[in-house]
Amino acid sequence: MSQMAALVLMPLFGAFIAFVLPRYARITGITVAFIQLGLALSLATTIYAGETLRLSAAGWDPPLGIGLYADGLTALFLCLTSVVGLGTSLHAIGYFKFDRNDSNHNTSAHGWWPLWLALWAALNALFLTEDAFNLYVTLELIGLAAVALVALEAHAVAAATRYLLVGLLGSMFYLLGVGLLYALHGTVDMKALSAGMQPEPAAWMAMALMTAGLLLKTALFPLHFWLPPAHANAPAPVSAILSALVVKAAFYALLRLWLGPFEPLAADLAGQLIGILGAAAIIWGSVQAFMAPRLKLVVAYSTVAQIGYLFLWFPLAGSSIAGSIAWYGVVWLALSHGLAKAGLFLAAGNILHASGHDRVTDLAGVGQHLPITLFAVGIACASIMGLPPSGGFVGKWLLLNAAFVSGQWWWAVVMLLGGIMAAAYSFRVLLHAFRNKESQLPQHRPHPVMEWSALALAVCAVLLGILSAQPLALLEVGASVGELALTEAPK
Amino acid sequence: MNQPIWYALIATALFCIGLAGLVINRHLLRRILAINVMSTGVFLMFVALAGRTGALPDPVPLAMVLTGLVVSVSATALALVLIVRIQHLHGCVEFPEDDA
Repeated sequence: MSQMAALVLMPLFGAFIAFVLPRYARITGITVAFIQLGLALSLATTIYAGETLRLSAAGWDPPLGIGLYADGLTALFLCLTSVVGLGTSLHAIGYFKFDRNDSNHNTSAHGWWPLWLALWAALNALFLTEDAFNLYVTLELIGLAAVALVALEAHAVAAATRYLLVGLLGSMFYLLGVGLLYALHGTVDMKALSAGMQPEPAAWMAMALMTAGLLLKTALFPLHFWLPPAHANAPAPVSAILSALVVKAAFYALLRLWLGPFEPLAADLAGQLIGILGAAAIIWGSVQAFMAPRLKLVVAYSTVAQIGYLFLWFPLAGSSIAGSIAWYGVVWLALSHGLAKAGLFLAAGNILHASGHDRVTDLAGVGQHLPITLFAVGIACASIMGLPPSGGFVGKWLLLNAAFVSGQWWWAVVMLLGGIMAAAYSFRVLLHAFRNKESQLPQHRPHPVMEWSALALAVCAVLLGILSAQPLALLEVGASVGELALTEAPK
Repeated sequence: MNQPIWYALIATALFCIGLAGLVINRHLLRRILAINVMSTGVFLMFVALAGRTGALPDPVPLAMVLTGLVVSVSATALALVLIVRIQHLHGCVEFPEDDA
Protein backbone atom coordinates (compact mmCIF):
# COMPACT_ATOMS: atom_id res chain seq x y z
CA MET A 1 0.00 0.00 0.00
CA SER A 2 2.54 2.53 1.13
CA GLN A 3 4.65 1.75 -1.95
CA MET A 4 2.02 3.55 -4.03
CA ALA A 5 2.42 6.81 -2.13
CA ALA A 6 6.21 6.41 -1.99
CA LEU A 7 6.42 5.87 -5.75
CA VAL A 8 4.98 9.35 -6.27
CA LEU A 9 6.46 11.20 -3.30
CA MET A 10 10.01 9.86 -3.46
CA PRO A 11 10.98 11.33 -6.85
CA LEU A 12 9.15 14.55 -5.98
CA PHE A 13 11.24 14.86 -2.83
CA GLY A 14 14.34 13.99 -4.85
CA ALA A 15 13.49 16.71 -7.37
CA PHE A 16 13.26 19.21 -4.53
CA ILE A 17 16.67 18.22 -3.13
CA ALA A 18 18.25 18.20 -6.57
CA PHE A 19 16.92 21.70 -7.18
CA VAL A 20 17.92 23.19 -3.82
CA LEU A 21 21.27 21.40 -3.50
CA PRO A 22 22.59 21.01 -7.06
CA ARG A 23 25.87 19.70 -5.68
CA TYR A 24 24.09 16.56 -4.46
CA ALA A 25 21.75 16.32 -7.45
CA ARG A 26 23.49 13.40 -9.09
CA ILE A 27 23.78 11.24 -5.99
CA THR A 28 20.15 12.03 -5.11
CA GLY A 29 18.99 11.09 -8.60
CA ILE A 30 20.81 7.77 -8.63
CA THR A 31 19.64 6.89 -5.10
CA VAL A 32 16.04 7.69 -5.99
CA ALA A 33 16.34 5.62 -9.19
CA PHE A 34 17.50 2.53 -7.30
CA ILE A 35 14.84 2.93 -4.59
CA GLN A 36 12.17 3.38 -7.27
CA LEU A 37 13.15 0.11 -8.90
CA GLY A 38 12.88 -1.63 -5.54
CA LEU A 39 9.50 -0.06 -4.81
CA ALA A 40 8.11 -0.89 -8.24
CA LEU A 41 9.27 -4.50 -7.98
CA SER A 42 7.84 -4.88 -4.48
CA LEU A 43 4.51 -3.44 -5.66
CA ALA A 44 4.58 -5.86 -8.60
CA THR A 45 5.22 -8.79 -6.22
CA THR A 46 2.29 -7.77 -4.05
CA ILE A 47 -0.01 -7.56 -7.04
CA TYR A 48 1.38 -10.76 -8.52
CA ALA A 49 -0.02 -12.50 -5.45
CA GLY A 50 -3.42 -11.74 -6.93
CA GLU A 51 -4.86 -8.62 -5.35
CA THR A 52 -5.36 -5.15 -6.76
CA LEU A 53 -4.49 -2.23 -4.50
CA ARG A 54 -6.49 0.88 -3.70
CA LEU A 55 -5.45 3.85 -1.64
CA SER A 56 -7.34 7.03 -0.82
CA ALA A 57 -4.95 9.93 -0.52
CA ALA A 58 -5.05 11.48 2.96
CA GLY A 59 -7.89 9.16 3.93
CA TRP A 60 -10.52 10.93 1.82
CA ASP A 61 -12.43 8.42 -0.25
CA PRO A 62 -13.40 9.15 -3.85
CA PRO A 63 -15.38 10.98 -5.16
CA LEU A 64 -14.24 13.68 -2.73
CA GLY A 65 -10.61 12.63 -2.39
CA ILE A 66 -8.09 11.34 -4.87
CA GLY A 67 -8.03 7.60 -5.33
CA LEU A 68 -4.91 5.66 -6.24
CA TYR A 69 -5.35 2.27 -7.83
CA ALA A 70 -2.89 -0.37 -8.94
CA ASP A 71 -3.48 -3.57 -10.86
CA GLY A 72 -1.27 -5.69 -13.09
CA LEU A 73 -1.22 -3.12 -15.91
CA THR A 74 -0.21 -0.35 -13.48
CA ALA A 75 2.51 -2.52 -11.98
CA LEU A 76 4.00 -3.34 -15.38
CA PHE A 77 4.11 0.30 -16.47
CA LEU A 78 5.62 1.29 -13.12
CA CYS A 79 8.28 -1.39 -13.60
CA LEU A 80 8.93 -0.18 -17.16
CA THR A 81 9.32 3.37 -15.86
CA SER A 82 11.72 2.37 -13.12
CA VAL A 83 13.87 0.17 -15.37
CA VAL A 84 14.07 2.78 -18.14
CA GLY A 85 14.47 5.47 -15.48
CA LEU A 86 17.38 3.71 -13.81
CA GLY A 87 19.13 3.02 -17.12
CA THR A 88 18.67 6.58 -18.28
CA SER A 89 19.79 8.04 -14.94
CA LEU A 90 22.99 6.01 -15.11
CA HIS A 91 23.53 7.14 -18.70
CA ALA A 92 22.98 10.74 -17.62
CA ILE A 93 25.90 10.55 -15.17
CA GLY A 94 28.22 10.27 -18.12
CA TYR A 95 26.24 12.41 -20.55
CA PHE A 96 25.81 15.48 -18.41
CA LYS A 97 29.29 15.22 -16.93
CA PHE A 98 30.68 15.73 -20.40
CA ASP A 99 28.36 18.68 -20.83
CA ARG A 100 29.60 20.37 -17.72
CA ASN A 101 33.11 20.72 -19.11
CA ASP A 102 31.66 22.30 -22.20
CA SER A 103 30.93 25.95 -21.57
CA ASN A 104 27.94 25.98 -23.96
CA HIS A 105 26.05 23.41 -21.96
CA ASN A 106 26.66 24.70 -18.50
CA THR A 107 23.03 24.95 -17.55
CA SER A 108 21.78 21.61 -18.84
CA ALA A 109 23.31 19.49 -16.09
CA HIS A 110 21.67 21.68 -13.45
CA GLY A 111 18.30 21.42 -15.13
CA TRP A 112 18.35 17.70 -15.85
CA TRP A 113 18.06 16.12 -12.39
CA PRO A 114 15.27 18.19 -10.83
CA LEU A 115 13.20 18.16 -14.04
CA TRP A 116 13.68 14.48 -14.65
CA LEU A 117 12.78 13.51 -11.09
CA ALA A 118 9.69 15.74 -11.25
CA LEU A 119 8.74 14.07 -14.53
CA TRP A 120 9.23 10.68 -12.91
CA ALA A 121 6.87 11.60 -10.06
CA ALA A 122 4.26 12.79 -12.56
CA LEU A 123 4.55 9.59 -14.63
CA ASN A 124 4.07 7.39 -11.57
CA ALA A 125 1.14 9.53 -10.45
CA LEU A 126 -0.47 9.10 -13.87
CA PHE A 127 -0.09 5.33 -13.80
CA LEU A 128 -1.61 5.15 -10.32
CA THR A 129 -4.47 7.58 -10.72
CA GLU A 130 -8.07 6.47 -10.88
CA ASP A 131 -9.71 9.74 -11.72
CA ALA A 132 -10.18 11.38 -15.10
CA PHE A 133 -9.45 14.89 -13.85
CA ASN A 134 -6.30 13.76 -12.10
CA LEU A 135 -5.21 12.26 -15.40
CA TYR A 136 -5.42 15.78 -16.83
CA VAL A 137 -3.29 17.22 -14.01
CA THR A 138 -0.64 14.52 -14.31
CA LEU A 139 -0.61 14.80 -18.12
CA GLU A 140 0.05 18.53 -17.76
CA LEU A 141 2.81 17.97 -15.21
CA ILE A 142 4.41 15.45 -17.54
CA GLY A 143 4.04 17.83 -20.47
CA LEU A 144 5.57 20.82 -18.70
CA ALA A 145 8.52 18.85 -17.33
CA ALA A 146 9.11 17.16 -20.69
CA VAL A 147 9.08 20.47 -22.59
CA ALA A 148 11.57 21.98 -20.16
CA LEU A 149 13.79 18.91 -20.58
CA VAL A 150 13.74 19.25 -24.38
CA ALA A 151 14.65 22.92 -24.03
CA LEU A 152 17.84 21.94 -22.16
CA GLU A 153 19.38 21.61 -25.60
CA ALA A 154 19.80 25.20 -26.78
CA HIS A 155 19.00 24.61 -30.45
CA ALA A 156 15.91 22.55 -29.63
CA VAL A 157 14.01 25.50 -28.21
CA ALA A 158 11.72 25.88 -31.25
CA ALA A 159 10.94 22.17 -31.17
CA ALA A 160 10.25 22.45 -27.44
CA THR A 161 7.84 25.36 -27.99
CA ARG A 162 5.96 23.47 -30.67
CA TYR A 163 5.79 20.49 -28.33
CA LEU A 164 4.41 22.71 -25.57
CA LEU A 165 1.71 24.26 -27.77
CA VAL A 166 0.62 20.86 -29.08
CA GLY A 167 0.57 19.43 -25.57
CA LEU A 168 -1.56 22.30 -24.30
CA LEU A 169 -3.95 21.96 -27.23
CA GLY A 170 -4.36 18.27 -26.48
CA SER A 171 -4.97 19.01 -22.81
CA MET A 172 -7.69 21.54 -23.64
CA PHE A 173 -9.60 18.99 -25.69
CA TYR A 174 -9.16 16.43 -22.96
CA LEU A 175 -10.28 18.79 -20.21
CA LEU A 176 -13.40 19.84 -22.12
CA GLY A 177 -14.30 16.15 -22.38
CA VAL A 178 -13.78 15.71 -18.63
CA GLY A 179 -16.18 18.63 -18.09
CA LEU A 180 -18.84 16.88 -20.18
CA LEU A 181 -18.36 13.63 -18.26
CA TYR A 182 -18.77 15.48 -14.98
CA ALA A 183 -21.91 17.17 -16.30
CA LEU A 184 -23.37 13.76 -17.19
CA HIS A 185 -22.42 11.76 -14.13
CA GLY A 186 -21.44 14.17 -11.37
CA THR A 187 -18.16 12.34 -10.84
CA VAL A 188 -14.79 11.94 -12.51
CA ASP A 189 -13.86 8.73 -10.71
CA MET A 190 -13.22 6.19 -13.47
CA LYS A 191 -14.75 3.27 -11.62
CA ALA A 192 -17.97 5.17 -10.97
CA LEU A 193 -17.97 6.46 -14.55
CA SER A 194 -17.64 2.96 -16.00
CA ALA A 195 -20.58 1.78 -13.95
CA GLY A 196 -22.97 4.48 -15.12
CA MET A 197 -21.99 5.13 -18.72
CA GLN A 198 -24.86 5.21 -21.20
CA PRO A 199 -24.50 5.49 -24.98
CA GLU A 200 -25.84 9.00 -25.58
CA PRO A 201 -24.69 11.97 -27.69
CA ALA A 202 -23.04 13.91 -24.86
CA ALA A 203 -21.06 10.84 -23.80
CA TRP A 204 -19.90 10.26 -27.38
CA MET A 205 -18.87 13.91 -27.56
CA ALA A 206 -16.84 13.53 -24.36
CA MET A 207 -15.23 10.37 -25.70
CA ALA A 208 -14.36 12.07 -29.00
CA LEU A 209 -12.86 15.13 -27.29
CA MET A 210 -10.82 13.17 -24.76
CA THR A 211 -9.62 10.65 -27.33
CA ALA A 212 -8.65 13.39 -29.78
CA GLY A 213 -6.67 15.21 -27.08
CA LEU A 214 -4.83 12.04 -26.12
CA LEU A 215 -4.18 11.05 -29.75
CA LEU A 216 -2.48 14.41 -30.18
CA LYS A 217 -0.31 13.72 -27.14
CA THR A 218 0.43 10.16 -28.31
CA ALA A 219 1.44 11.52 -31.72
CA LEU A 220 -0.73 9.22 -33.80
CA PHE A 221 -0.46 9.94 -37.53
CA PRO A 222 -1.39 12.57 -38.80
CA LEU A 223 -0.95 14.34 -35.44
CA HIS A 224 2.68 13.24 -35.18
CA PHE A 225 4.31 16.32 -36.77
CA TRP A 226 5.62 17.67 -33.46
CA LEU A 227 7.30 14.45 -32.34
CA PRO A 228 10.32 14.00 -34.63
CA PRO A 229 11.85 17.47 -34.07
CA ALA A 230 11.31 17.32 -30.31
CA HIS A 231 12.56 13.76 -29.84
CA ALA A 232 15.45 14.05 -32.29
CA ASN A 233 16.87 17.33 -30.97
CA ALA A 234 16.57 16.77 -27.22
CA PRO A 235 19.61 15.58 -25.22
CA ALA A 236 19.97 11.78 -25.52
CA PRO A 237 18.66 10.79 -22.06
CA VAL A 238 15.68 13.11 -22.59
CA SER A 239 14.92 11.60 -26.01
CA ALA A 240 15.02 8.16 -24.42
CA ILE A 241 12.53 9.14 -21.73
CA LEU A 242 10.23 10.94 -24.16
CA SER A 243 9.99 8.06 -26.61
CA ALA A 244 9.98 5.27 -24.05
CA LEU A 245 7.79 6.70 -21.32
CA VAL A 246 6.11 10.05 -22.01
CA VAL A 247 4.33 8.94 -25.18
CA LYS A 248 3.37 5.70 -23.44
CA ALA A 249 1.84 7.64 -20.57
CA ALA A 250 -0.73 9.25 -22.88
CA PHE A 251 -1.35 5.85 -24.45
CA TYR A 252 -1.82 4.32 -21.00
CA ALA A 253 -4.47 6.97 -20.28
CA LEU A 254 -6.23 5.98 -23.52
CA LEU A 255 -6.10 2.28 -22.60
CA ARG A 256 -7.53 2.97 -19.15
CA LEU A 257 -10.34 5.11 -20.55
CA TRP A 258 -11.27 2.77 -23.39
CA LEU A 259 -11.23 -0.29 -21.14
CA GLY A 260 -13.11 1.56 -18.41
CA PRO A 261 -15.60 4.37 -18.92
CA PHE A 262 -15.69 4.29 -22.73
CA GLU A 263 -16.10 0.55 -23.11
CA PRO A 264 -19.88 0.62 -23.46
CA LEU A 265 -19.57 3.45 -26.00
CA ALA A 266 -16.85 2.05 -28.19
CA ALA A 267 -18.37 1.75 -31.63
CA ASP A 268 -16.83 -0.54 -34.20
CA LEU A 269 -16.50 2.37 -36.61
CA ALA A 270 -14.40 4.47 -34.20
CA GLY A 271 -12.10 1.51 -33.59
CA GLN A 272 -11.65 0.90 -37.31
CA LEU A 273 -10.93 4.57 -37.93
CA ILE A 274 -8.24 4.66 -35.24
CA GLY A 275 -6.85 1.42 -36.64
CA ILE A 276 -6.56 2.98 -40.11
CA LEU A 277 -4.65 5.92 -38.62
CA GLY A 278 -2.41 3.42 -36.83
CA ALA A 279 -1.74 1.57 -40.09
CA ALA A 280 -0.97 4.86 -41.85
CA ALA A 281 1.41 5.75 -39.00
CA ILE A 282 3.27 2.44 -39.46
CA ILE A 283 3.73 3.00 -43.19
CA TRP A 284 4.44 6.73 -43.10
CA GLY A 285 6.72 6.58 -40.04
CA SER A 286 8.75 3.73 -41.52
CA VAL A 287 9.16 5.47 -44.88
CA GLN A 288 10.29 8.65 -43.17
CA ALA A 289 12.65 6.68 -40.92
CA PHE A 290 14.17 5.08 -43.98
CA MET A 291 14.78 8.44 -45.62
CA ALA A 292 15.83 10.44 -42.56
CA PRO A 293 19.34 11.85 -42.88
CA ARG A 294 20.22 11.72 -39.18
CA LEU A 295 20.34 8.73 -36.86
CA LYS A 296 18.30 10.35 -34.09
CA LEU A 297 15.69 11.35 -36.64
CA VAL A 298 15.55 7.73 -37.86
CA VAL A 299 14.91 6.64 -34.29
CA ALA A 300 12.27 9.34 -33.77
CA TYR A 301 10.35 8.39 -36.93
CA SER A 302 10.62 4.77 -35.88
CA THR A 303 8.75 5.81 -32.72
CA VAL A 304 5.99 7.28 -34.93
CA ALA A 305 5.75 3.93 -36.72
CA GLN A 306 5.83 1.80 -33.58
CA ILE A 307 3.12 3.93 -31.97
CA GLY A 308 0.99 2.99 -34.97
CA TYR A 309 1.16 -0.66 -33.88
CA LEU A 310 -0.24 0.22 -30.47
CA PHE A 311 -3.34 1.67 -32.11
CA LEU A 312 -4.08 -1.56 -33.97
CA TRP A 313 -5.50 -2.69 -30.64
CA PHE A 314 -8.58 -0.48 -31.11
CA PRO A 315 -10.13 -2.31 -34.11
CA LEU A 316 -9.27 -5.70 -32.59
CA ALA A 317 -10.64 -4.93 -29.13
CA GLY A 318 -14.24 -5.49 -30.18
CA SER A 319 -14.53 -9.27 -30.16
CA SER A 320 -13.99 -11.07 -26.89
CA ILE A 321 -11.30 -13.69 -27.62
CA ALA A 322 -9.37 -11.59 -30.12
CA GLY A 323 -9.80 -8.58 -27.87
CA SER A 324 -8.07 -10.22 -24.94
CA ILE A 325 -5.21 -11.54 -27.09
CA ALA A 326 -4.80 -8.12 -28.67
CA TRP A 327 -4.77 -6.49 -25.25
CA TYR A 328 -1.89 -8.64 -24.04
CA GLY A 329 -0.14 -8.05 -27.35
CA VAL A 330 -0.45 -4.29 -27.25
CA VAL A 331 0.76 -4.01 -23.66
CA TRP A 332 3.68 -6.25 -24.55
CA LEU A 333 4.52 -4.14 -27.55
CA ALA A 334 4.35 -0.94 -25.49
CA LEU A 335 6.67 -2.37 -22.83
CA SER A 336 9.22 -3.82 -25.21
CA HIS A 337 9.18 -0.74 -27.42
CA GLY A 338 9.81 1.37 -24.33
CA LEU A 339 12.89 -0.66 -23.37
CA ALA A 340 14.26 -1.04 -26.90
CA LYS A 341 13.67 2.57 -27.89
CA ALA A 342 15.28 3.89 -24.71
CA GLY A 343 18.34 1.74 -25.44
CA LEU A 344 18.37 2.88 -29.05
CA PHE A 345 18.17 6.59 -28.21
CA LEU A 346 20.91 6.26 -25.59
CA ALA A 347 23.11 4.45 -28.10
CA ALA A 348 22.38 7.10 -30.74
CA GLY A 349 23.37 9.70 -28.15
CA ASN A 350 26.68 7.90 -27.61
CA ILE A 351 27.39 7.92 -31.35
CA LEU A 352 26.51 11.61 -31.58
CA HIS A 353 28.68 12.30 -28.56
CA ALA A 354 31.65 10.38 -29.91
CA SER A 355 31.70 11.56 -33.51
CA GLY A 356 30.13 15.01 -33.10
CA HIS A 357 27.43 14.27 -35.69
CA ASP A 358 24.90 11.53 -36.40
CA ARG A 359 24.57 11.62 -40.20
CA VAL A 360 23.59 8.12 -41.21
CA THR A 361 25.79 8.04 -44.31
CA ASP A 362 28.89 9.01 -42.30
CA LEU A 363 28.57 6.41 -39.58
CA ALA A 364 31.48 4.32 -40.87
CA GLY A 365 33.89 3.43 -38.10
CA VAL A 366 31.32 3.28 -35.30
CA GLY A 367 31.68 -0.50 -35.23
CA GLN A 368 35.42 -0.20 -34.71
CA HIS A 369 35.37 2.44 -32.02
CA LEU A 370 32.10 1.88 -30.17
CA PRO A 371 31.44 -1.87 -30.35
CA ILE A 372 29.26 -2.00 -27.23
CA THR A 373 27.09 0.85 -28.44
CA LEU A 374 26.68 -0.72 -31.85
CA PHE A 375 25.79 -4.03 -30.21
CA ALA A 376 23.10 -2.18 -28.27
CA VAL A 377 21.76 -0.66 -31.51
CA GLY A 378 21.63 -4.11 -33.11
CA ILE A 379 19.80 -5.78 -30.22
CA ALA A 380 17.34 -2.91 -29.84
CA CYS A 381 16.64 -2.97 -33.58
CA ALA A 382 16.00 -6.71 -33.40
CA SER A 383 13.27 -6.11 -30.83
CA ILE A 384 11.80 -3.24 -32.84
CA MET A 385 11.70 -5.36 -35.99
CA GLY A 386 10.04 -8.09 -33.94
CA LEU A 387 12.62 -10.83 -34.33
CA PRO A 388 12.28 -13.79 -31.94
CA PRO A 389 12.97 -14.14 -29.03
CA SER A 390 12.62 -10.46 -28.22
CA GLY A 391 9.74 -8.76 -26.43
CA GLY A 392 8.76 -7.05 -29.67
CA PHE A 393 8.29 -10.48 -31.25
CA VAL A 394 5.91 -11.63 -28.49
CA GLY A 395 3.86 -8.45 -28.80
CA LYS A 396 3.61 -8.56 -32.58
CA TRP A 397 2.92 -12.26 -32.58
CA LEU A 398 0.00 -11.80 -30.16
CA LEU A 399 -1.37 -8.93 -32.23
CA LEU A 400 -1.07 -10.97 -35.44
CA ASN A 401 -2.85 -13.81 -33.70
CA ALA A 402 -5.64 -11.46 -32.65
CA ALA A 403 -5.97 -10.14 -36.20
CA PHE A 404 -6.43 -13.66 -37.58
CA VAL A 405 -8.76 -14.81 -34.80
CA SER A 406 -11.04 -11.83 -35.36
CA GLY A 407 -10.93 -12.38 -39.11
CA GLN A 408 -9.50 -8.94 -39.80
CA TRP A 409 -6.51 -10.24 -41.77
CA TRP A 410 -5.75 -6.85 -43.34
CA TRP A 411 -4.23 -5.60 -40.09
CA ALA A 412 -1.86 -8.57 -40.19
CA VAL A 413 -0.69 -7.48 -43.65
CA VAL A 414 0.09 -4.02 -42.30
CA MET A 415 1.97 -5.49 -39.32
CA LEU A 416 4.11 -7.73 -41.51
CA LEU A 417 4.79 -4.89 -43.93
CA GLY A 418 5.77 -2.67 -40.99
CA GLY A 419 8.16 -5.35 -39.76
CA ILE A 420 9.88 -5.53 -43.15
CA MET A 421 10.15 -1.75 -43.32
CA ALA A 422 11.56 -1.66 -39.78
CA ALA A 423 14.19 -4.15 -40.93
CA ALA A 424 14.95 -1.89 -43.90
CA TYR A 425 15.61 1.26 -41.89
CA SER A 426 17.49 -0.66 -39.19
CA PHE A 427 19.77 -2.35 -41.69
CA ARG A 428 20.38 0.95 -43.46
CA VAL A 429 21.83 2.28 -40.19
CA LEU A 430 23.70 -0.92 -39.34
CA LEU A 431 25.16 -1.22 -42.85
CA HIS A 432 26.78 2.20 -42.61
CA ALA A 433 27.86 1.72 -39.00
CA PHE A 434 29.58 -1.61 -39.67
CA ARG A 435 31.76 -0.25 -42.47
CA ASN A 436 35.35 0.18 -41.41
CA LYS A 437 37.15 3.42 -41.85
CA GLU A 438 40.82 4.28 -41.53
CA SER A 439 40.08 7.04 -39.14
CA GLN A 440 41.35 8.64 -36.05
CA LEU A 441 39.82 7.80 -32.68
CA PRO A 442 36.55 9.56 -31.94
CA GLN A 443 36.72 13.05 -30.48
CA HIS A 444 35.19 12.14 -27.15
CA ARG A 445 35.04 8.59 -25.92
CA PRO A 446 31.72 8.06 -24.17
CA HIS A 447 31.97 7.12 -20.53
CA PRO A 448 31.66 3.31 -20.14
CA VAL A 449 28.47 3.71 -18.11
CA MET A 450 26.86 5.39 -21.12
CA GLU A 451 27.62 2.43 -23.36
CA TRP A 452 26.67 -0.25 -20.85
CA SER A 453 23.39 1.41 -19.82
CA ALA A 454 22.28 1.53 -23.47
CA LEU A 455 23.19 -2.13 -23.88
CA ALA A 456 21.44 -3.11 -20.63
CA LEU A 457 18.14 -1.53 -21.74
CA ALA A 458 18.35 -3.19 -25.15
CA VAL A 459 19.02 -6.56 -23.49
CA CYS A 460 16.02 -6.01 -21.19
CA ALA A 461 13.83 -5.68 -24.30
CA VAL A 462 14.98 -9.14 -25.39
CA LEU A 463 14.62 -10.59 -21.88
CA LEU A 464 11.00 -9.42 -21.91
CA GLY A 465 10.43 -11.95 -24.68
CA ILE A 466 12.34 -14.81 -23.05
CA LEU A 467 10.95 -14.36 -19.55
CA SER A 468 7.41 -13.43 -20.45
CA ALA A 469 5.49 -15.95 -18.33
CA GLN A 470 5.49 -14.11 -14.98
CA PRO A 471 4.84 -10.63 -16.40
CA LEU A 472 1.95 -11.99 -18.48
CA ALA A 473 0.49 -13.55 -15.35
CA LEU A 474 0.95 -10.22 -13.58
CA LEU A 475 -0.98 -8.49 -16.34
CA GLU A 476 -3.97 -10.76 -15.71
CA VAL A 477 -4.45 -9.36 -12.20
CA GLY A 478 -7.36 -6.96 -12.22
CA ALA A 479 -7.65 -7.00 -16.01
CA SER A 480 -11.13 -6.51 -17.39
CA VAL A 481 -10.37 -8.79 -20.32
CA GLY A 482 -10.23 -12.54 -19.94
CA GLU A 483 -7.02 -14.46 -19.39
CA LEU A 484 -4.79 -15.16 -22.32
CA ALA A 485 -6.22 -18.11 -24.21
CA LEU A 486 -4.44 -18.69 -27.47
CA THR A 487 -6.62 -20.52 -29.89
CA GLU A 488 -5.70 -22.95 -32.60
CA ALA A 489 -4.90 -21.88 -36.11
CA PRO A 490 -7.56 -19.59 -37.60
CA LYS A 491 -10.31 -21.00 -39.73
CA MET B 1 -32.97 29.36 -22.48
CA ASN B 2 -31.54 29.49 -18.98
CA GLN B 3 -28.39 31.15 -17.82
CA PRO B 4 -25.99 28.17 -17.53
CA ILE B 5 -26.76 27.16 -21.12
CA TRP B 6 -25.94 30.68 -22.27
CA TYR B 7 -22.62 30.49 -20.50
CA ALA B 8 -21.94 27.06 -21.99
CA LEU B 9 -22.61 28.43 -25.47
CA ILE B 10 -20.29 31.37 -24.87
CA ALA B 11 -17.69 28.93 -23.55
CA THR B 12 -17.95 26.85 -26.73
CA ALA B 13 -17.59 29.99 -28.84
CA LEU B 14 -14.48 31.04 -26.90
CA PHE B 15 -12.99 27.57 -27.31
CA CYS B 16 -13.53 27.72 -31.07
CA ILE B 17 -12.19 31.27 -31.37
CA GLY B 18 -9.06 30.22 -29.49
CA LEU B 19 -8.66 27.11 -31.65
CA ALA B 20 -8.97 29.18 -34.84
CA GLY B 21 -6.48 31.72 -33.48
CA LEU B 22 -3.99 28.98 -32.68
CA VAL B 23 -4.19 27.59 -36.20
CA ILE B 24 -4.27 30.87 -38.12
CA ASN B 25 -1.65 32.99 -36.34
CA ARG B 26 2.04 32.55 -36.97
CA HIS B 27 3.28 34.94 -34.30
CA LEU B 28 3.99 32.83 -31.23
CA LEU B 29 2.75 35.40 -28.72
CA ARG B 30 -0.61 35.39 -30.49
CA ARG B 31 -0.63 31.61 -30.43
CA ILE B 32 -0.02 31.59 -26.68
CA LEU B 33 -2.84 34.10 -26.24
CA ALA B 34 -5.05 31.89 -28.40
CA ILE B 35 -4.35 28.90 -26.14
CA ASN B 36 -5.29 31.08 -23.19
CA VAL B 37 -8.57 32.03 -24.85
CA MET B 38 -9.24 28.33 -25.37
CA SER B 39 -8.55 27.53 -21.75
CA THR B 40 -10.79 30.39 -20.66
CA GLY B 41 -13.53 28.77 -22.72
CA VAL B 42 -12.99 25.43 -20.99
CA PHE B 43 -12.95 27.04 -17.55
CA LEU B 44 -16.13 28.98 -18.31
CA MET B 45 -17.72 25.68 -19.29
CA PHE B 46 -16.85 24.26 -15.86
CA VAL B 47 -18.25 27.36 -14.14
CA ALA B 48 -21.45 27.04 -16.19
CA LEU B 49 -21.68 23.40 -15.07
CA ALA B 50 -21.27 24.45 -11.46
CA GLY B 51 -24.14 26.89 -11.80
CA ARG B 52 -26.66 24.52 -13.24
CA THR B 53 -27.50 22.67 -10.02
CA GLY B 54 -29.66 25.49 -8.67
CA ALA B 55 -29.22 28.07 -5.95
CA LEU B 56 -25.93 26.83 -4.50
CA PRO B 57 -23.15 26.33 -7.05
CA ASP B 58 -21.52 22.91 -7.16
CA PRO B 59 -18.03 23.32 -5.61
CA VAL B 60 -16.31 20.44 -7.44
CA PRO B 61 -16.08 22.05 -10.93
CA LEU B 62 -14.96 25.28 -9.27
CA ALA B 63 -12.13 23.45 -7.52
CA MET B 64 -11.20 21.92 -10.89
CA VAL B 65 -11.11 25.37 -12.47
CA LEU B 66 -8.73 26.57 -9.75
CA THR B 67 -6.41 23.65 -10.47
CA GLY B 68 -6.70 24.32 -14.18
CA LEU B 69 -5.84 27.99 -13.68
CA VAL B 70 -2.65 27.11 -11.84
CA VAL B 71 -1.64 24.75 -14.63
CA SER B 72 -2.51 27.35 -17.24
CA VAL B 73 -0.45 30.08 -15.54
CA SER B 74 2.60 27.80 -15.30
CA ALA B 75 2.26 26.68 -18.89
CA THR B 76 1.96 30.28 -20.10
CA ALA B 77 5.03 31.27 -18.11
CA LEU B 78 7.04 28.41 -19.60
CA ALA B 79 5.83 29.28 -23.10
CA LEU B 80 6.82 32.93 -22.65
CA VAL B 81 10.32 31.98 -21.49
CA LEU B 82 10.68 29.72 -24.52
CA ILE B 83 9.59 32.37 -27.03
CA VAL B 84 12.02 34.89 -25.54
CA ARG B 85 14.73 32.31 -26.21
CA ILE B 86 13.44 31.76 -29.74
CA GLN B 87 13.68 35.47 -30.36
CA HIS B 88 17.30 35.50 -29.16
CA LEU B 89 18.11 32.49 -31.31
CA HIS B 90 16.25 33.24 -34.54
CA GLY B 91 15.59 36.97 -34.32
CA CYS B 92 11.83 36.57 -34.77
CA VAL B 93 8.98 35.21 -32.70
CA GLU B 94 7.85 32.57 -35.19
CA PHE B 95 8.72 28.97 -35.78
CA PRO B 96 11.63 28.63 -38.18
CA GLU B 97 10.51 26.97 -41.42
CA ASP B 98 12.43 23.78 -40.86
CA ASP B 99 13.31 22.77 -37.32
CA ALA B 100 13.54 19.05 -37.87
